[in-house]
Amino acid sequence: MSEPLLKIRGLKIEGRSDETWNPIIKGVDLDLNKGEVIGMIGESGAGKSTIGLASMGFCRDGVRISEGSVVFDGVDLVTASAADKRALLGKRIAYVAQSAAASFNPAHKLIDQHTEGPVQHSVSYRSDSQADGIELYRRLRLPNPDEIGFRYPHQVSGGQLQRAMTAMAMACRPDLIIFDEPTTALDVTTQIEVLASIRDIVEQFDTAAIYITHDLAVVAQMADKIKVLLKGDEVEEADTRTMLSQPQEEYTKSLWAVRSFERPAKPAVATGATPVISVKNVTAAYGTVDVLHDVSFDIHEGRTVAVVGESGSGKSTTARCITGLLPPRIGHIEFDGQQLPLNYRQRDKMQLRQAQMIYQMADTALNPRKTIGETIGRPVEFYLGLKGKEKRAKVDALLEEIELEPTQYFHRLPSELSGGQKQRIGIARALAAEPKFIICDEVTSALDQLVAEGILKLLAKLQDQLGLSYMFITHDLATVRAISDEVVVMKDGVVVEQGEKADMFQPPHHPYTDLLLSSVPEMDPDWLDNLLKERGVDNIGDAAVDKM
Amino acid sequence: MTLLYIIIAAIVLLGVAYAFRMAGQAATSNKPFFRDMPFGVAYGYVLGAVLIVLGVWLFFQPQNVDGVPQAGVMFFRWAVQVFVVFAIAAYLFRLLGRSVGTEGSKKLFRSMPLTAAFGILIIIIYAIVAIFAGAIAPYGQEEVLGAANIVPGGNPAMNGNPEFPLGTDQIGRDILSRLIFGAQNTVGIAFVTTCLAFLIGGSLGFLAATLGGWLDQLLSRAVDALMAIPALIFALLLITIATAWAGSASWQVTIYMILIIAVIDSTRVFRLSRAVGLNIVVMDYIEAAKLRGEGLGYLIFREMLPNAYAPLLAEFGLRFCFVFLTIASLSFLGVGIQPPLADWGTMVRDLAQFINFAAFAPNVALAPLLAAGAIALLTVAVNFVVDWMLHKSSGLKE
Repeated sequence: MSEPLLKIRGLKIEGRSDETWNPIIKGVDLDLNKGEVIGMIGESGAGKSTIGLASMGFCRDGVRISEGSVVFDGVDLVTASAADKRALLGKRIAYVAQSAAASFNPAHKLIDQHTEGPVQHSVSYRSDSQADGIELYRRLRLPNPDEIGFRYPHQVSGGQLQRAMTAMAMACRPDLIIFDEPTTALDVTTQIEVLASIRDIVEQFDTAAIYITHDLAVVAQMADKIKVLLKGDEVEEADTRTMLSQPQEEYTKSLWAVRSFERPAKPAVATGATPVISVKNVTAAYGTVDVLHDVSFDIHEGRTVAVVGESGSGKSTTARCITGLLPPRIGHIEFDGQQLPLNYRQRDKMQLRQAQMIYQMADTALNPRKTIGETIGRPVEFYLGLKGKEKRAKVDALLEEIELEPTQYFHRLPSELSGGQKQRIGIARALAAEPKFIICDEVTSALDQLVAEGILKLLAKLQDQLGLSYMFITHDLATVRAISDEVVVMKDGVVVEQGEKADMFQPPHHPYTDLLLSSVPEMDPDWLDNLLKERGVDNIGDAAVDKM
Repeated sequence: MTLLYIIIAAIVLLGVAYAFRMAGQAATSNKPFFRDMPFGVAYGYVLGAVLIVLGVWLFFQPQNVDGVPQAGVMFFRWAVQVFVVFAIAAYLFRLLGRSVGTEGSKKLFRSMPLTAAFGILIIIIYAIVAIFAGAIAPYGQEEVLGAANIVPGGNPAMNGNPEFPLGTDQIGRDILSRLIFGAQNTVGIAFVTTCLAFLIGGSLGFLAATLGGWLDQLLSRAVDALMAIPALIFALLLITIATAWAGSASWQVTIYMILIIAVIDSTRVFRLSRAVGLNIVVMDYIEAAKLRGEGLGYLIFREMLPNAYAPLLAEFGLRFCFVFLTIASLSFLGVGIQPPLADWGTMVRDLAQFINFAAFAPNVALAPLLAAGAIALLTVAVNFVVDWMLHKSSGLKE
């Protein structure tokens, strides 16, 4: 066997904080042959992206490579001069970032950014590179390939932008591409298209790739072999099929097991029972444009209703109508059979208290300048009128309920907590009002799988203890399967299908539900091939775009 | 001719910079520092070295040639000496801060750059001088002491007098005492005015950001209209109107000035606090507080304000400098702080004609420069501190 294309040996990386250097990567080896795809998975903070950048010989500010070598085709990128690295980067090694929207320069057209690399590296003339770019857009199945490159980044959708970025990475026909979570920010239906086109193009040009993601099912479709990372250490590395069928290490097994969490089904609702929340024929508008059309559903006591759909389908708008932030144009909301005032300003304290909300981004949902004790203590004081020692006792009880040690966390600021802990604080703040009903708006979509599972289990436990009702907004069907009792599928502001969970996951489906369900990646490495065959490879991109 | 020499020197330096980089690469066997050094950086190093050598050469030139003082050399030496003294003072002050005080303040001083230490030191000195002006100043600010136009320096051979180390002005008042009382008047009034501007601009800005709608439109357009008029001319105009309308006793003029500058400057504060407020008001925690049923006061003062401290504090520092300079300019023009109260702006105006002596009698020209220097020093100090605070608060967000 010849020398691998990329060879990393004993790579150690340190980051600077509090005036000392702390290890981030603790000695990782990696071999990558030409045309091979390696998947790197792990939680956030595992060092996936750091290794991805280091394989280009690059480090973020405040981070340095302390030991080891990164040999790309005979050149050690750790010790290479800036000029030598410049000759390689962009030309022979390319990088696709997580958020294409943030990585494109908004002031230039896509094709101009595409041709920049080849012209800079004297690979081809601008006109040739432009023609090649259009050809790549065609191969990546972008709509209107002849014309789309002449748009500005804000004029195309997120999925298309991500594909345009992949095309840009291919512009110099590099030997190695590093994909850093290219589909994490996308909807499931869009994700399929991007995955399929990335895989095609990598195969066509025999490019080696490092594919970084935290989604196991995605990596199963893309990679020839998988490396699992935990806190800067390698857990194990194996061939994709071996890794999926027989993981060796405990940690890997636990990652695999997350997807199997499912709470037992609850008994059906007694007929004639008054629902806790009832959405009655709600039509709502931003300005003059209706974004919700005649939405109705009920949420009964102690049950979880999952509202599913792509971004822009009106899930969060429905939540805003229920909370009264966006008064509906037609229709109304009932709580325990009583009609609620449409605008939250007209609701009294009791009405506000009964419906609480947990947000997607725990970072923006907690005031960064308030300690945990203040954040949770405020609703306790505001709604329950508790002061001093009683308030402290109540906050401590709440912290214990969300499984955080009160004495340790009471005086901390949100910046001193991890993502999962912040989300738990968000839950505690909602619970502090002692509500009957909680809206969970994508509460797990910003979290790693293991952490997300912990949050789901906590929510299920609280529901059993306190008899809470949840409205669970999500685009992730695995989450729906795990926690919901009933499902409402939304598309373009309309409820396309609703019913008990067991019925929803059984055919026959509404065509849109079918598209959603079949787009969720599965752990089977052949899943994407089978799906594409089923849908007909040639029209997958266009078909899904048309449906949107 | 001089221009030609400078151009030739710059071109020669290009070659020197290239050689410097080559030599560095050879001497360190191609270490990354020299290997990856861009040509512009190498040029910068060489240019810096040349300027330092030139500065040292100028510093040691004779101050007198055949009895004629060399003004350029003297001013340069004074500037360098003042700079060195302040740098050492700031360094010692930082050392002091690192070893005295609570754990928190020690930690603060450990990570503090020298510029910030300098700024804090100057601000503390100004504050002490302003508060205890009456006890520190050797004479009263209005006291006429006989001999007029005594030259600063206290050297009888050069028309000085050791009793008045910084000399006296045209009607024989001690400049040192007036500088010290000037700190009290100018800085004190500037501080009050800035606080007032923040109270008005800040609360209206947050209110506009939170409520939006027609109130926001009304306030924002009113502010636009006020901002469209050049500030200094507008202030002059308004003070003149107020004086004609409500009386012109000197304390009245001072109050008009405070109010008018506060209102004019509050427009800038309004803009900032509205922009900052708009960014905060879209956060989920504000929505959560609104849905909880919190009142407007709680929203603004407990949820929003703590998150706006950093930009507002930075703006406070800058705004203070601007207000301070406006007061000095208004006093210079004669409508600000009224005589016989000492004020730095007035002092610069009164002594301005001595600047003409700069070329042949540097000591005489020092008189107006002292007050101007006091203004400049405080402005620089406040800006250093503000820069440091901005840097710290942006670092926290990461």
